[in-house]
Amino acid sequence: MNTQSPLKNITSPHAHNAGSTSNVMLTVILATLPGLVALTHFFGIGSILNLILACLFCLAFEFISLKLRKLKAGFYLRDYSALVTAILLGLALPPCAPWWLIATGCFFSIVVAKHLYGGLGFNPFNPAMVGYVVLLISFPADMIQWRIPVGEGQQYLSLMDSLSIVFSGNPSLDGFTSATPLDALKHNVGMTVDDIYLQNAAFQNAKWAGAGWEWVNLGFLIGGLYLLYKKIFTWHAPVGMLASLLLLSTIFYDGGSSASAGSPLFHLLSGGTMLGAFFIVTDPVTSASSNRGRLVYGALIGLLVFVIRVWGNYPDAVAFAVLLMNFAAPFIDYYTPTRVYGYEKSKPILKKDD
Amino acid sequence: MRKIFDFHGGIHPQENKTQTTQTAIATIPLAKELVLPLSQHIGAPAAAIVDVGQTVLKGELVAEAQGMLSANIHAPTSGTISAIEDRPISHSSGMSAMCVVIETDGEDKWIECKENSEPESLAREDIIDIVSRSGIAGMGGAGFPTQVKLHGLDIETLILNAAECEPYITADDMLIREFSEDILRGALLLANSVLHAKHIVVGIEDNKPEAIAALNKVIAQNNWLNSIEVAVVPTKYPSGGEKQLIKLLTGKEVPGGGIPAHIGIVMQNVGTVLAAWRAVRFGEPLISRVTTVAGKALSTQQNIEVPLGTPVTHILEHHGFKQSDCERVVIGGPMMGYTIHDTQAPIVKTTNCILAPSKDELPSPPPAQACIRCGMCAEACPADLLPQQLYWYARAEEADKLKAYNLFDCIECGACSFVCPSSIPLVQYYRAAKGTIRQAQQEKEKSDRARERFEARQERIEKEEAEKLAKREARKKAAEEAREKIAHNKEGEHKAEKKKPSPGLVEQAIAEAGSKAVDPDKESAKLRRALSSAESRLQRAQEALQKNEKEGAEAERLDALRARIKQAEQKVAEAQKKLDDVIA
Repeated sequence: MNTQSPLKNITSPHAHNAGSTSNVMLTVILATLPGLVALTHFFGIGSILNLILACLFCLAFEFISLKLRKLKAGFYLRDYSALVTAILLGLALPPCAPWWLIATGCFFSIVVAKHLYGGLGFNPFNPAMVGYVVLLISFPADMIQWRIPVGEGQQYLSLMDSLSIVFSGNPSLDGFTSATPLDALKHNVGMTVDDIYLQNAAFQNAKWAGAGWEWVNLGFLIGGLYLLYKKIFTWHAPVGMLASLLLLSTIFYDGGSSASAGSPLFHLLSGGTMLGAFFIVTDPVTSASSNRGRLVYGALIGLLVFVIRVWGNYPDAVAFAVLLMNFAAPFIDYYTPTRVYGYEKSKPILKKDD
Repeated sequence: MRKIFDFHGGIHPQENKTQTTQTAIATIPLAKELVLPLSQHIGAPAAAIVDVGQTVLKGELVAEAQGMLSANIHAPTSGTISAIEDRPISHSSGMSAMCVVIETDGEDKWIECKENSEPESLAREDIIDIVSRSGIAGMGGAGFPTQVKLHGLDIETLILNAAECEPYITADDMLIREFSEDILRGALLLANSVLHAKHIVVGIEDNKPEAIAALNKVIAQNNWLNSIEVAVVPTKYPSGGEKQLIKLLTGKEVPGGGIPAHIGIVMQNVGTVLAAWRAVRFGEPLISRVTTVAGKALSTQQNIEVPLGTPVTHILEHHGFKQSDCERVVIGGPMMGYTIHDTQAPIVKTTNCILAPSKDELPSPPPAQACIRCGMCAEACPADLLPQQLYWYARAEEADKLKAYNLFDCIECGACSFVCPSSIPLVQYYRAAKGTIRQAQQEKEKSDRARERFEARQERIEKEEAEKLAKREARKKAAEEAREKIAHNKEGEHKAEKKKPSPGLVEQAIAEAGSKAVDPDKESAKLRRALSSAESRLQRAQEALQKNEKEGAEAERLDALRARIKQAEQKVAEAQKKLDDVIA
């Protein structure tokens, strides 16, 4: 045999699509832009500072983890997955979050939730949500520091003030924070929804849901639709989540009494709904595998979001709902395999043939 | 118009077909040496029936099919058998296999071929026989012996597979353009005379307008509109997969683990049908085929009709192959083809394409990144599998899970790998996993058979042992019984003794009761004593005899003892008789 042959043995297929995981990640990052613009428009430069710090910390932790795991850092850093985690975490945190808060979140996201479980593709929990929940439970006071959305003619916090909050926790500026719309509704005592909309700063200047927040959610919705168009993910998980949230909030909407859970539109455009539906729930690593499974997975997250928002202790619930369903994803997988060509219907994976 | 259905998934790779459809099917000079592997088809290799040094004519049988699932092999040209030996063949593993090597004489002299001017008048069995003898095997790539597919009964539809969905390959396209009438005549013959199929459907992708026009023209000219339908399907890889084309044309699915005949369908590649037609009509065995020669590392790209056995290197040389610009030579298309290491490997019945891409044209795949379970593979899978799950479990080597996720329904089309953003060679994992599971199954079957044999042996041995034991037991029992009998006899005698007094006792009682008591009591007691002593003498004599027999005493002594026993027996008998008389 001609062993000197210069020809290589390469396994089929020999043709490949130009796409790459790095491109997928970059597309996702690009799609967060409308939401980021809305956040910046209403809450100032704080979100951008969050993102910058989160990216730096996440990349640093990713680099250290890869080095400790003796992997080629350059190769794995270029999959940009750490950047996506950083950006999602940065977007979820209140603008102008203190640097140590961001660092702690990034540590838990990258080191604990991702690399301790085996790195990209092996993490059972969404890294950004793990980081977020750790912070929410450990530092609740710092995690509700959302500023009043800037309305017409109002002043943004200057860059220097923002930086001083981030790095030295300037207490003189604390007074500017306020409850988010979800907080306001949750801690409402004896007011009808209409009253709240009239009196609470979080709702003044609002068209449908909460001031500013509705636009932030619409921004993430636009980004999500772009990703759908780019076929980065299928519609199943986001539609599942939004549909079940819509369904439940419609069923339980009582027209706006003092005990009201808020209108359907309020739930769809508040808090982390759209960021969750299009950027968190769609994380393929931690969700169910088949389209049917993703529909179920999304719907159950929508259910949990509503239940926790309305009857739970936390005003928003996307992170908790996602983490709880991350647990359940393999279980959902067992019952929702695809119907394979040539078979009448799909059968649960656990069920053995007779 | 037939309704065209859709199959799940599929991809749209760059077609790259125009490079080889600009010129007619060409030929190249005959190679000096043709190498005919004995296995060019699925099933058992054929067995060579020629000897080294023997001259053969074009079309002469050189290797005979072995069994039903096998195919004959004929000499593609005239010449001399120069060797029958292991040669490198077109196989992804780069392996060698037994080949008949013909040194061509350049005369290309045909053996006599039996023509049939009216093939339609032939009987079904005759047609199948001709196809079988002509060594025809599926030319679309799988190489399934064609006659096997012709035995089907209850066939509703004969589908001609002209989809040719693989990029680069245009062999079927060009074949249809140039031989559409013969192809359709072959289809009619197979459908009407062999399969008794009601419909003939030609499934063809819409990227072959010339071929479609050629088919329609021939159908119109011959008034075949009622019997043959040309169904144009959208271009989407892998529409030419047997299962996918059936779904496209009929909306039906081949049952998992089944074959198309189960749903009344037989599918043949157009090249196969043409070969069958030539075999039946002109008596020509399958000795050449049309192959696409493509790739930017070649100065000429075209389709050629080439004798089977032509070394790939000979073809490459005649197409201006630039070795320096090419890092892989692919047999087949870019999606399912395999690379060969040694270009001495020959063209066989299934070789529909030789692809010599330049390094820029099909660059080496980048290193694989982590699977992020994005699911693009699941969206592309034409079998509606979950490739990401299969990959996960293939890496974990969980055979049960792989089977549960229907690994064996994977057709290895490569669509998942094509779309994978992490460049994971998924198909390679599935092939390896399938191989491992098949091997494990074979080993299990082997060990099962061994265990069965062992158990059967154990059973046999146990049975024999049991029989022996039973025999031993029987003997033991017989011996015991015999001993018991002896003891019983003695006992019986004792009993008789014991019993006998009882009437005496009664009589005594009667006597005591005051009846006329005379002597019988005393008399019987006396006689009993006599009997008892006679018996003990007999016993002693018997014991003495036994002892002496055991010790192997002299015959005289034994005789004496025997005589003594006789005497004693007589005495016992006398005593008994007397006693009996008295009691009576």
